[in-house]
Amino acid sequence: MPLELVANVTLAGLLTGLVYGLMALGLSVIFGVVRVVNFAHGEMMTIAMYAAVVLFAAFRLDPFIALFPVAAAFFVFGYVLQAGLINPFITRPEHTQFMLVLAVAIIMVNGLLMAFGPDARNIPVDYALESFSIGPLLLDTVRVYAALAAVAIAGGLFLFFKFTATGRAIRACADNYLGAKVVGLDVKKYYALTFGLGAACVGAAGCLMVLLVDVTPLLGPGYTLLAFIIVIVGGLGSMPGALLGGVLIGISEALAGLFFSPSAKSMFSFALLILVLLFRPQGLLGKRH
Amino acid sequence: MKALIAATPKRALVLMLVLAVVLLTLPAFANAYILSVAVLILYFAYLGQAWNVMMGFCGQLSLGHSLYVGIGAYVSAALFVHFGIPPWLGIWASVLACMAAGAAIGVLAFRFGIGGVYFALLTIAFAEFTRIGFDHLDWVGGSGGFFLPVTQREFNDVLALRGSPAMFYYVMLALTAAAFAFCTWLLRTRIGYYWQAIREDPDAAQALGINTFRYKMLAVVVSAGMSAFAGVFFAFYYNNLFPEQIFSMSRSIEIILGPIIGGTGTLFGPILGAVVLTVLADGITELMAVFGWEIPGVKQVFYGTCMLVVIVFLPNGIWPTLARRLGLEHREEGHHNG
Repeated sequence: MPLELVANVTLAGLLTGLVYGLMALGLSVIFGVVRVVNFAHGEMMTIAMYAAVVLFAAFRLDPFIALFPVAAAFFVFGYVLQAGLINPFITRPEHTQFMLVLAVAIIMVNGLLMAFGPDARNIPVDYALESFSIGPLLLDTVRVYAALAAVAIAGGLFLFFKFTATGRAIRACADNYLGAKVVGLDVKKYYALTFGLGAACVGAAGCLMVLLVDVTPLLGPGYTLLAFIIVIVGGLGSMPGALLGGVLIGISEALAGLFFSPSAKSMFSFALLILVLLFRPQGLLGKRH
Repeated sequence: MKALIAATPKRALVLMLVLAVVLLTLPAFANAYILSVAVLILYFAYLGQAWNVMMGFCGQLSLGHSLYVGIGAYVSAALFVHFGIPPWLGIWASVLACMAAGAAIGVLAFRFGIGGVYFALLTIAFAEFTRIGFDHLDWVGGSGGFFLPVTQREFNDVLALRGSPAMFYYVMLALTAAAFAFCTWLLRTRIGYYWQAIREDPDAAQALGINTFRYKMLAVVVSAGMSAFAGVFFAFYYNNLFPEQIFSMSRSIEIILGPIIGGTGTLFGPILGAVVLTVLADGITELMAVFGWEIPGVKQVFYGTCMLVVIVFLPNGIWPTLARRLGLEHREEGHHNG
């Protein structure tokens, strides 16, 4: 196998992986703070992908611009979902919350199926087939832009959590639920805010992802699992971990597709998950509790 | 047994007797369609009961139960097709294979302290991993499917699992009844009480000297072994197996919906849940056929909505509430739902 091909595939996997990373970042933020496993994450991702498709079909809106209204709408959606449905379940057993979100996920996938049918859709932007080369390496323009956008958004979120008062308050809620309540933080409001931010991440990631792959409603559960794998591999609650996990999974998927068959690629991701759960359950960059 | 009957309200005993008579005589007056729905209900009731052993009794959430159904189905089917081994023998290989798979997952998870949601994800990971593996396993047809030869027969042969729909109905009825009796008995043994202790508070159970590792393992292995029977039944009832279908995550979710809606941890919950879901889902399918609608996903949206409504409004499932209303509650069993 020519080395250049392997290098090109690896690079493409890395760039896709950064978009995966942004998706997983949303999940990581939600789990890290609210401690609710958002089992509808991939389904939200597919909804965002369809939103980008619809916006493009209706207004010729480029996904890189559609990203902003979609992310904003997802923020509101996430806020309402947490405030309205999940907050009353915060003190309930883990599996009850889990199944609550699972029910929402089932409705989402099949709602999309009812609305759009099972056929794959994509967005035919004019620069879809453009690429540029660095030496022997060939890079798809969309992939590079999508990866850069993903990194920029992730960086923005990181700065928000690090330096703003709201970001600090959210981190306080994550570190110590009771303590945050004692000092007078409205924890449930911050939970809703966090869920909104996580949803906005996945909304943006969906707009970027639809540039790289065709979307069908049934992608949802697969993306949910992928997001969980990435977050667990990278380390729950670690923001750089989500990006690192995304890149690792992106590369492993790309190489598995090259050396074996594309249909076997998620097998490698699952194998990676099982290995990490067994030997480093806190994830690569996670802290041990 | 006597004590069990004495502790059950009269009304419940009468209802159970009526139910038993109806179930036993059903093939005599039901048409082919009703019978096929009844088989489906019993199938999901049985699987729900099996899943309930792990989650309802012992508190270990499995979201990958299609793994055991699939392995059970494939092992018996492969032994039958490739070596001519009849299902009554092959089923033991299926049970062993499922127990081994359950034990493998259990050892990995419980030895390494993977619990709660992580455990659930691990079960999904294993089921998906196996699904993709079987997709590429040409010995049993790969993703193209694995087909069992069907021959016209004059008589029913229960041991070979070949015969009329009525025979399959009675086989599934017997399995469901056996699972019900088995679970009733399990809950009253020392093991059952240990499981419930672990479900309520694993740390406290451990502190009381219960070997939680051993009993959690036992729950997984028992549940997996029970699921194998359903898998073998599936293989010989439908005569075709596709990894995409039998191992899929949506199949696992279908398995757990019944007990969740009926009442996790209760004995009647899985059965009631299977009845409610199957009848409603089939009703919707029929209704759509009447109106000539062909929209994919309607049934699942309905499933999801049911699940949502039950979780929000009846967090313990339908059965505990219904039983209280009807005055059927077991005098000893008032606290099974956690």
